[in-house]
Amino acid sequence: MSASALRPAAAWLAASAALVAVLVAAFAVGKFPVAPGDLLRSLAGRLLGTGTGAGLPAAVDTVVWNIRLPRVAAGIVVGAVLAAAGAAYQGMFRNPLVSPDILGVSAGAGLGATLGIYLGLPLAFVQGVAFVGGLLAVAVVWRIASLVQRHDPVLVLVLAGVALGALLGAGISLVKIISDPYTQLPTITFWLLGGLNQVRPSDLAATAPAMLAGLLPMALLRWRINLLSLADEEAAALGVDVGRLRLVLVAAATLSTAAAVSLAGIVGWIGLVVPHVARLLVGPDFSRLLPASLLLGAGFLVATDTLARIVAPIELPLGILTAVVGAPFFLWLLARVGRTS
Amino acid sequence: MKRRALLGALGAAPLLPLLAAGARAGEDAANSTIAAAFGRLPAPADIRRVFVGGAPASALLAVLAPEKLLGWPWNVSAEARAWLPPAVRELPQVGRLAGRGSTMSNETLLQLQPDLILDVGTVDATYISAMQRVAEQTGLPCVLVHGQLADHPAQLREVGRLLGVAARGERLAAWAEKTIALSERVRAAVPPEKRPRVYYARGAGGLETGLAGSINMETIDFAGGRNVAAEAGRGGIAKISLEQVLAWNPEVIVTQDRELARRVLDDPLWRPLEAVRARRVYLAPTRPFGWLDVPPSVNRLIGVRWLLTLLHPGRADDAASLRAATADFYRLFYGVEPGAAALDALLGGNA
Repeated sequence: MSASALRPAAAWLAASAALVAVLVAAFAVGKFPVAPGDLLRSLAGRLLGTGTGAGLPAAVDTVVWNIRLPRVAAGIVVGAVLAAAGAAYQGMFRNPLVSPDILGVSAGAGLGATLGIYLGLPLAFVQGVAFVGGLLAVAVVWRIASLVQRHDPVLVLVLAGVALGALLGAGISLVKIISDPYTQLPTITFWLLGGLNQVRPSDLAATAPAMLAGLLPMALLRWRINLLSLADEEAAALGVDVGRLRLVLVAAATLSTAAAVSLAGIVGWIGLVVPHVARLLVGPDFSRLLPASLLLGAGFLVATDTLARIVAPIELPLGILTAVVGAPFFLWLLARVGRTS
Repeated sequence: MKRRALLGALGAAPLLPLLAAGARAGEDAANSTIAAAFGRLPAPADIRRVFVGGAPASALLAVLAPEKLLGWPWNVSAEARAWLPPAVRELPQVGRLAGRGSTMSNETLLQLQPDLILDVGTVDATYISAMQRVAEQTGLPCVLVHGQLADHPAQLREVGRLLGVAARGERLAAWAEKTIALSERVRAAVPPEKRPRVYYARGAGGLETGLAGSINMETIDFAGGRNVAAEAGRGGIAKISLEQVLAWNPEVIVTQDRELARRVLDDPLWRPLEAVRARRVYLAPTRPFGWLDVPPSVNRLIGVRWLLTLLHPGRADDAASLRAATADFYRLFYGVEPGAAALDALLGGNA
């Protein structure tokens, strides 16, 4: 057990403070110059109804309320959801290398979105097809795994997910090959690398209910999820219907992740690494791991997305930055915690 | 242009036999638009079937020598086909070649029995070596041609001579030269800081655009527009945010996507932009190929005249002369005679 886990209150406080700092920074910086005073006046104008935002240029209000707010909100929800799903899966599959896309949800959503772009559908439909694609992929994996009786059910599920993921990945590559290299291919590439630059209030309104609905079972079942890290027989002996619990969790994580991916594209790394960071900070008990993952996932994605907006003259894809920022941080944390324990 | 000189040098070695065989004596290899040529080139009269490597080359062949085109390297829509010379309207889609993500094997290529492989576009060393391999493996002659907007007059002439349609190449080149001269006159009269600031909206959400030096932005440069994304650096297509577009605050927005043009005008999020408030959001025609890019082809020539008219009223065409020039362009380049209704639809983005 790490030293930090012995001081949970301090860790919680630090994580919450970090999240608040990240949120303030995310609102304050961007490509459109908004002076701190203008930002405060715009916020006060709407929040307090004081009308002090009246003297501001229309663009400032648009930037703060219609561009940065939905983007930051999307970063919070997507980051939280991916990290929570990753934490649930790592516990359930008893495997530290598992991430939320292990059962093919990202590959299914990716193929859906790629096909949508290839067929020239409007963005809202592309998101819809991606969402459905993610759900379908996991449903197929679950069905295949339930047909196989003679092996360890968890192993079969993971292997079926990996195999279907490879198949769907091949489908994505095929669509990329036949798509128009001048228009569709860049769009597909950007989508597959993830990003929040297209998020508008209506997109968030459409996807947030599914993301939050998926979180609910995880929160309600947080005590039982700990039992899934035991062998199936032992968990059953403690009165847990292992099969049903696993189904509920997979369905919940898939619903959340499919909605998150349909909104943000494929943002890797968060679902894999944030749960580990959370575990290093608060220990493996899921009732504490879940809120810690939510908090850290949200903070990490909003921070990364803020960097994506400002570090380069163009938008950097999130999938690139999450790895560039996350991997060194994770390695540093790993080395540091290893020394102090 | 350093890069170009380097490519010219790279291309010069394999070019020598070509120059000896067909091209006009005394032509300076460094000024040639032919970047590289591999294999033994047949005499112009013996080139009857030409395989094109990508979309820009297919457009070049469709205007120069449509009867020699073997097939389309991309999926040309039925609406676009109506604007093409009758000889190529019904041709099948046959696949792309190396360098752009090949969808075609060397065996399929041989089965098509082309007399020549031709490709046009931004030519780099990787692509030259990929083509060299194709030429070596199949034994088919390959020619790579530069395809930037300024190259069009020389490109039309040189490829015209190569394919035995020198007179046609000359006529088309003259039209291209006239357009480029018009562009130069307008740009000479309007200093860069006085040119309208233009944002080219690409991608489904309009948040993809071309950076400085991108081949996708050449039409805008030649039409005397200032690409707002140029300040983000040099490169190809990049993803940006709406916040960035608001910060750039372009005076004009152009796009080739009808749905996007409509959305940009109606969307409250885009409303703070000067271009939207002034209703200066222009939808470029796309028949048979894009007037701005997609692919970056000879169709950009009429695109330059169209955009010059919109960006610099009073300095280039007026509505009537643009209309006449458009009809002239389609007659000369594609051999089609658009009627009044078709011209309206084309210029209104409804074709």
